[in-house]
Amino acid sequence: MEAMLEIRHLDKNYGATEILKDVNVSAEPGDFLVLVGPSGCGKSTLLNCIAGLESISGGSMHIGGRDMTHVSPKDRNIAMVFQSYALYPTMSVAGNITFGMKVRGVDAATRARKLQDVARQLQIEQLLDRRPSQLSGGQRQRVAMGRALVRDPQLFLFDEPLSNLDAKLRVEMRLEIKRLHHNLGATMVYVTHDQIEAMTLATKIVVLKDGVVQQTGSPAEIYRRPANLFVADFMGSPAMNLIPARASREGSSTSLQIEQADGAPVVLTDIGNGDLPEDVILGLRPEDIVEAGFRSGHHVHDVACRIDMVEPAGADTFVVFRLGGRQVTARLQSDTTARQGSTLDLAFDLDRASYFSPDTGERLN
Amino acid sequence: MAESTSLPFVPSRGGAVALRWLLFAVLALFALFYLMPLFVMITTSLKSLDEIRTGSLVALPESVTFEAWTTAWSSACSGIQCEGLRPYFWNSVALTVPAVALSTLLGAVNGYIIAQWRFRGANLIFSLMLFGCFIPFQVVLLPMARTLGFIGVAGTIPGLILVHVIYGIGFTTLFFRNYYVTIPVELVKAAKVDGAGFFRIFWSIFMPLSLPILMVTVIWQFTQIWNDFLFGVSFSQAGTQPVTVALNNIVNSTTGVKEYNVNMAAAIIAAFPTLFVYAVAGKYFIRGLTAGSVKG
Repeated sequence: MEAMLEIRHLDKNYGATEILKDVNVSAEPGDFLVLVGPSGCGKSTLLNCIAGLESISGGSMHIGGRDMTHVSPKDRNIAMVFQSYALYPTMSVAGNITFGMKVRGVDAATRARKLQDVARQLQIEQLLDRRPSQLSGGQRQRVAMGRALVRDPQLFLFDEPLSNLDAKLRVEMRLEIKRLHHNLGATMVYVTHDQIEAMTLATKIVVLKDGVVQQTGSPAEIYRRPANLFVADFMGSPAMNLIPARASREGSSTSLQIEQADGAPVVLTDIGNGDLPEDVILGLRPEDIVEAGFRSGHHVHDVACRIDMVEPAGADTFVVFRLGGRQVTARLQSDTTARQGSTLDLAFDLDRASYFSPDTGERLN
Repeated sequence: MAESTSLPFVPSRGGAVALRWLLFAVLALFALFYLMPLFVMITTSLKSLDEIRTGSLVALPESVTFEAWTTAWSSACSGIQCEGLRPYFWNSVALTVPAVALSTLLGAVNGYIIAQWRFRGANLIFSLMLFGCFIPFQVVLLPMARTLGFIGVAGTIPGLILVHVIYGIGFTTLFFRNYYVTIPVELVKAAKVDGAGFFRIFWSIFMPLSLPILMVTVIWQFTQIWNDFLFGVSFSQAGTQPVTVALNNIVNSTTGVKEYNVNMAAAIIAAFPTLFVYAVAGKYFIRGLTAGSVKG
């Protein structure tokens, strides 16, 4: 199947400042592609480049199989939803939604029909005569989506569309966007700094940092097998535990020695990963450290840990302890007996372990 | 009561009312003082010359006569011609209306480009335009006269329009730029994605937003251009002079008795349009000057 969006070796400079460096991204038809990264990583610039609102300094861009590298936004067959919604303040909701069609010379009957379709879909039929200033944040968001939907484009672009909404509404709209994507089967590119949004919405995630793609993959791949320390730390909440360790080979397995502030070092044995260098950083998700007895297998090791902090979070309880000079978080069941200051046996599931090089930050296994 | 005594100054209810009336009285006094010249102008214009000579300056007219007004409008003499202000008034209208419209429109487009279509050197160009607002007009009289002669519009109303448009652009651009810079750039982006071009975005999205600043600019430009004397006297000739120049000629060139009533009536006629514009659009003036961001 031909890619709906294909970006090859894209560079973007402002004068001498490199904003994006050799970015390669592609999306198949029906993909929900999420560009995620901390602020200033270039993700919004990349989206503007896809929209044609920013020119690119190098590389090429194809949308729907056509070379769009130097095509103006209006001819790219895209629609975009902005963070500030960017509704036209003097036009009614209906005027906002139909402006694009009016500009393109669509006849009045078609405009009215499409307007009604979209209004029904987004449940904003009763708002059509209002001005943007008379709408709530959530309603504005819907109108902005309506303006994009009515165009029926090849590619939908979303620039942090939920970041101006309160937490509850954000979760609601997130679900709605997901449903929309499912119903339309459209290709969408979505920018966010919120890794939870990225995980829940995406079929494919691109993690960006300082204008460089760190990793591209499905949410599960990104979560389970982060390509480097940055991705490991950025994706997931609470973040992945990154524990410095000393690896030594024992046959086909590896012995991991982790320093403790008081007492002898902890020694774990990973029966796989026999080819690690001496210095590694062990990455374990909080849910891969559980209370002893709750997980079993060859990869699971019990370690007695002194609990520094207990954080009940409703469905789970997080406990924090120190290992290898770092704070380590484990996700326990909500009715755990762990108490601050007590010592608890915790099971480390090394089947899920990631190893990183402390020097380059790259993944080793 | 213990609480209120601890406060530094709490006037009693009666005291507060007295204070308010004192304030009103002072304000009224200043207003009267400020309106005094207008009062004298109007009353004098309604008196006969005899009454002006014999009566007091501030006295109300004993018998109201509009003779001075008709004289000022249609038969007052400036030099050898005795046709009143009328032809010059229409000169001013023919000059001010297109000059205001053109300079405002150009300022709006300039402001739109500088604020929303940022390009390399935009700030420099804006600074230069701003600088243009502060050039003393005397400095440009001679070069401008040469230029007008060169393009063949010296001494004509189109020539004066050109001069006023050029010297108005600095201010009108400043007004519009400062207004448009508060409008989020995403609006232009959204319209571009919707398929609209440069002028479509300007007319459909920015113009409808611009009423307050449009009013400010129109009032400002109208007042400047209508009241202008220097350019009017420098770049016009017999027959194309604006009303301000004609007023000066009428007041200064009478031989024999000074017709104060005619002069006063003529001055009011010459000033009337700017008063009228402010009265009609004035509420937008304050609103436009304080209006800021547009909430999308």
